[in-house]
Amino acid sequence: MTTPVLQVKDLRVHFFLDEGLVRAVDGVSFDVAPGQVVGIVGESGCGKSVTMKAILQLVEPPGRIVGGRILFHKDSAPAVDLTQLSPKGPELRAIRGAEIALIPQEPMAAFSPVHSVGEQVIEALRLHERQWRPSGPRLSRAEARSMTVDLFRNVGISMPDERVDAYSWQLSGGLRQRAMIAMALSCRPRLLIADEPTTAIDVTTQAQILNLLRDLQRRHGTAIVFITHDLGVIAQMARDVVVMYLGRVMEQGSVEQIFHAPKHPYTRALLKSIPSVNVPPRTLLPTIAGSIPHPLGRPRGCPFHPRCPDAIAGVCSERVPALGPVGPNQLASCFLYHRDEAVEP
Amino acid sequence: MSVLAPAAPVTAEDRVSVASNWRLVWWRFRKHRLALVSALVLLVLYLVVLCPDFFSTQDPEATEAKLAFIPLQRLHVFDGWRPAPWVPDVAGKRNPTTLRMEWRVDQARKIPVRFLVTGYPYRLLGVVPTRLHLLGTAEADGRERLHLLGTDRLGRDQWSRLVHGTRTSMTIGLTAVTFSVILGVLLGGISGYYGGLADAVIQRLIELLQSLPTIPIWLALTAALPRDWSPQQVFFAITVILSLVGWTTLGREVRGRFLALREEDFVLAAELAGASRGRIILRHMVPTFLSHIIATSTLAVPAMIINETSLSFLGLGIRPPAISWGVLLQEAQNIQTVALAPWLLVPGAVVILSVLAFNLVGDGLRDAADPYSP
Amino acid sequence: MTRYVLKRLVLLPALLFLFSVTVFAIVQAPPGDFLTTYVATLASSGSSINAEQVEALRREYGLDRPVWVQYLRWMENLAKGNLGLSLEYQRPNAELIGERLVLTMVLALLSFVFTWVVAVPAGIYSAMHPRSVVDYLLTVVNYVGVATPNFMLALVLMWAAFAYFGMSVTGLFSPDFVEAPWSGARVLDLLKHIWLPAVVLGVAGTARLTRVMRANLLDELNKPYVTTARAKGLSEWRLVVRYPARLALNPLVSTIGWYLPALFSGSLIVATVMNLPNIGPLLLRALINQDMYLAGSILLIYCFLTIVGTLVSDILLAWLDPRIRLEEGG
Repeated sequence: MTTPVLQVKDLRVHFFLDEGLVRAVDGVSFDVAPGQVVGIVGESGCGKSVTMKAILQLVEPPGRIVGGRILFHKDSAPAVDLTQLSPKGPELRAIRGAEIALIPQEPMAAFSPVHSVGEQVIEALRLHERQWRPSGPRLSRAEARSMTVDLFRNVGISMPDERVDAYSWQLSGGLRQRAMIAMALSCRPRLLIADEPTTAIDVTTQAQILNLLRDLQRRHGTAIVFITHDLGVIAQMARDVVVMYLGRVMEQGSVEQIFHAPKHPYTRALLKSIPSVNVPPRTLLPTIAGSIPHPLGRPRGCPFHPRCPDAIAGVCSERVPALGPVGPNQLASCFLYHRDEAVEP
Repeated sequence: MSVLAPAAPVTAEDRVSVASNWRLVWWRFRKHRLALVSALVLLVLYLVVLCPDFFSTQDPEATEAKLAFIPLQRLHVFDGWRPAPWVPDVAGKRNPTTLRMEWRVDQARKIPVRFLVTGYPYRLLGVVPTRLHLLGTAEADGRERLHLLGTDRLGRDQWSRLVHGTRTSMTIGLTAVTFSVILGVLLGGISGYYGGLADAVIQRLIELLQSLPTIPIWLALTAALPRDWSPQQVFFAITVILSLVGWTTLGREVRGRFLALREEDFVLAAELAGASRGRIILRHMVPTFLSHIIATSTLAVPAMIINETSLSFLGLGIRPPAISWGVLLQEAQNIQTVALAPWLLVPGAVVILSVLAFNLVGDGLRDAADPYSP
Repeated sequence: MTRYVLKRLVLLPALLFLFSVTVFAIVQAPPGDFLTTYVATLASSGSSINAEQVEALRREYGLDRPVWVQYLRWMENLAKGNLGLSLEYQRPNAELIGERLVLTMVLALLSFVFTWVVAVPAGIYSAMHPRSVVDYLLTVVNYVGVATPNFMLALVLMWAAFAYFGMSVTGLFSPDFVEAPWSGARVLDLLKHIWLPAVVLGVAGTARLTRVMRANLLDELNKPYVTTARAKGLSEWRLVVRYPARLALNPLVSTIGWYLPALFSGSLIVATVMNLPNIGPLLLRALINQDMYLAGSILLIYCFLTIVGTLVSDILLAWLDPRIRLEEGG
C-alpha cells in the first residue's frame, strides 16, 4: 500500500455561535492516495466545504478545529499533522499554495477585483519560488510573466498574452475558472482541493473544465479532492468516493462500489433521486423524505435516522453508528451492518 | 418510500419564523447592551425635556451679582454609612481689593438634600401650576444654597440652566431631523417614483445644495436673522436652516430605493391587483426601508445637536435669554473665566453624553434593522 | 470618464454664478447694512458721527444704490480679478484673504495628514483583531471622539494647558513673530503652535475614519478572495494590506476631495475659539458687520473649493477602482 498523501483522521470542527454549538464536522476520516481523485459528495450543509477549509486551517472564527488529525505526507519525509501547525505560522504558509492548493467555490469572487489575474498568479509564483525552484537566480519580472502566459496556455486560455493583464470580471465564467486552476497549479502542488469547481458555470464549459482537470492530473500526478453535490460529476472524475451527511461520513468506497452496490440507505436514496431518462413519462421524481435539520437541531443518534426508510426503532435514534467495513475497501456507518459498533456522540 | 415525520419539539427556529419584522428588530436590538443603556439615557434626557422645571433647583433666569461664581457643590449620596444625600455648604468672603464676593466650598458644614421639595412656582407641562421640584434643600427659605453645578458670572444656577438648556438643544436636534426626514422622503420619493421632469429638477436641486459649503452657509444664514426676533422665532428659524441642507443625503437614498423598488415584482403585483398609487407607496414600498430611515435619522440627530451647539456658541444660533447648551458654553469662551470657574465646562460633557447616546442607539438600530448583518 | 469630467468643468462657472447670487442675497439679507452696524458700534463706544458724514460714506461705498447694482459692481470687479474692498478694514479683500488663506490651508493639510496617518493603521489593526482589548479601547476613543464637538475639545485643552501649565495656547505665533516677515524661525514657531489646532481639528475626522475603515475592512475580510489569498500562503499582514485594505480604502480615498473643503469650513469654529488668524474669524466678523464684498468673496471661495473638491473625489474614485474606470458604458 502506497502511503497516502493525505490522511484525515476523526476530524472535528465545531462552530461556537451565540445561539449554540454547531458540529459542522463531527468525526470525518478518509485517505487520499497520491495521484488519485477522491470525490466528497453530499447535500448543502453537510460539512464538506468546512472539511476542506480545515485541511489548510482556513476555518474562520467562530469555527475551530476541536479534534482529530490531518496527516500530510511529503515524499519520504515524516508526516506533518496539519492541525498542529499554527494557522499564521511559516510552516503552514509554505504548505499552502505550494504543496496543497485550493480552488475555491466562486471564481468570480475569488480573484481580487482591482488586480489583474496575471498579477495574482505571479504573486503565487514569487511567494513559493524557493520551493519549486530551490536553487538558481531569482525570478525576474519577464520570466514570471512568461511562465504565467505558459500556465494560461496549458489550461486552455486562448490569447494568453492579453488575458494575463485582464481583470477577473472581464473574463467569462469558464476563463475565470481556468485562470483559477492555473493559479492553483502554478507551484506544482502535491494535492489539489477543488471546492465545487463546476457549480458556477454552465454545462458545456463544465465538461471542458472537468476534462482539463483530468488531463492536468494525469500529467502532473496531482492528487485531487473533489467536492461536489453533483453525482454525475463524481462518476466522471473520482476513483474513491466519500458520502457525507451532517458532518459525518455515511459511506465511502471506490466509485464502482458506491454506484453499483451502495450499502448505506442515504447513498441509496441519493442515487435513486437522480432523475432518469429511462422511466415512463409522468413518473413522480423520487425524493428523500423530510428535509435537512437545522444545524442547531441535530437529531440524536444517527444523523440520518429521521429520514431513513430502514431506521431501526430504538437503536438508530439512540446511538451513533461507527464507520465499519461492508465490503472490500467499502465502509459505511449504519446499524444495519454493525449492530454493536457505536461511537460516543 | 415511507415518510417518517420527524417528531421534533418546537425549536427556536419556529419562534423566529412567525415573529413580525418589528419583533425581530427589537430582539436584535436587545442584544446590544450598550445600545439599550444608551436608549435609557436618552429616555431620561427626554423626560427632562418634558418638564425641566421639575428637575431644576432654582429659577434659571434669576440673577444675583453677589452670588457669582459659586463653585460646584458635589452631591454625596452617603453620610458616613447612612444613605442621606448632602452637599457641602459654601462660604462667601468679600475680597478687599476687588470688592467682589468670593465663594469657597466649606466641607465642614453639610446641607442635607431632600427629594420632592417645594421650590419656586412654575406650570407643569405649561398647564398645571405647582411648586414641586425633584431636589432641594430641607429649608425652603433659601438660606441654604444648593448649586449642584455652581453659578456663573451673573449668579445664575448652572444646574437649572443646564436642565433648561437640555430642553432646547434636544428638541432642536429632534425637530430638525424630523423636518429633514419629511423633506427627504417626500422629495426623494417623488423623484424616484415619478421620475421624469420632477426627478431631474429635484436631482439638480440636491446637487446644488450638496455643493454648498455647509458651515459657512449656516453662519451666513444665521447671521442674517434679525436681531429683534423672539426666541421662539429664532428657534424655529434655526431648525429650518439646519434641516434645509440635511435632507439631501436622505433624499438621494430614498430616491435610489424607490427607483430600485419600482422594478420589483411585488410592486407590479400590487398594481395588477388594483391598488392605488398611494397605497402602493405607503403600504408596500416604504415599509421595506422604514427601519433604515429610522436608523439613519437617529444617527443624524447628533450632527444637528453639535451644529446647533456650535452656532449658538458663536452667538449666531439660539440667543440669550433663551438657553441652550451652546449658549451656556458661551460663558466658557474666555480662558481666564474658565480657569476661575471650570464647572462652566460641564454642559460640554452633557453634549458629548447625549451625542454618544444617540450614536450608540443609532448604531444598534442600524445593526438590528439590517437583515444581513451578523 | 473624460466626458463626465469635462461636463462638470463646463458647468462650474454656471454653478458659481448661481452661488454668487445666492451668497450675495444671504449676506445682504439682514436689515440695514454695514453703515448701520458701524454707526451703532461708534455710538456704543462713545463717539458719534453726524448724519451728513453717514450719507457721504454711504455714497462713497455705493451703499445707496439698489442691491442688484451693488451685486453687478461686485461681479464686474470679480471678472477683473478684483475681490473688492473691505469696508471695515479699508483694505483690498484679496490682501486680507490671501494672507489668511495660506495659513488656513496649512492647518487643513496638517490636520488631514494627522487624520490619515493615525486612522488608517488604527482601523486596519482593529479590523484584524476584532474584540481585542486594543480594539475596545480604540472603539471607546472613537465614539467619544466623534461625539465631541471640536470647539469643545479646543476649550478643554486650552483650559488644561492654562490651568495646569500656565501656557496660553491661543494664536498661531508667539508675540515676537506675529507681524514678522517669513523666515525659517517663523516657520518653526508656527509649527510649534499649529500642532494643537491641527490635532483638535482632526480628532473628529480621525475617529470617524477609523470606524469607517474598520467597518469596511471587516466587510471585505469575509470575502472569498481573502480566503484564496490566504490559501496561497500569504502572511496575514501582507495579504490584508495588499487586498482587502486596498478595497476598503477606495471609498475612503474618494472622500479626500470632499474632506479638504470640509476641513476649511470646520476650522472656522476652532479658529474663532483659539484666536487663529484664519479665514474663519474673518468671515464671521464680515457677516456680522455686513461687510458684504468681503463676506461674499470668502463665501464664493468656499463654494468654489467645495465644487472642485467634489470633482476631485469623483476622479480619484474612478482612477483607483478599475471597475469604474474601464466600464465606460456602465
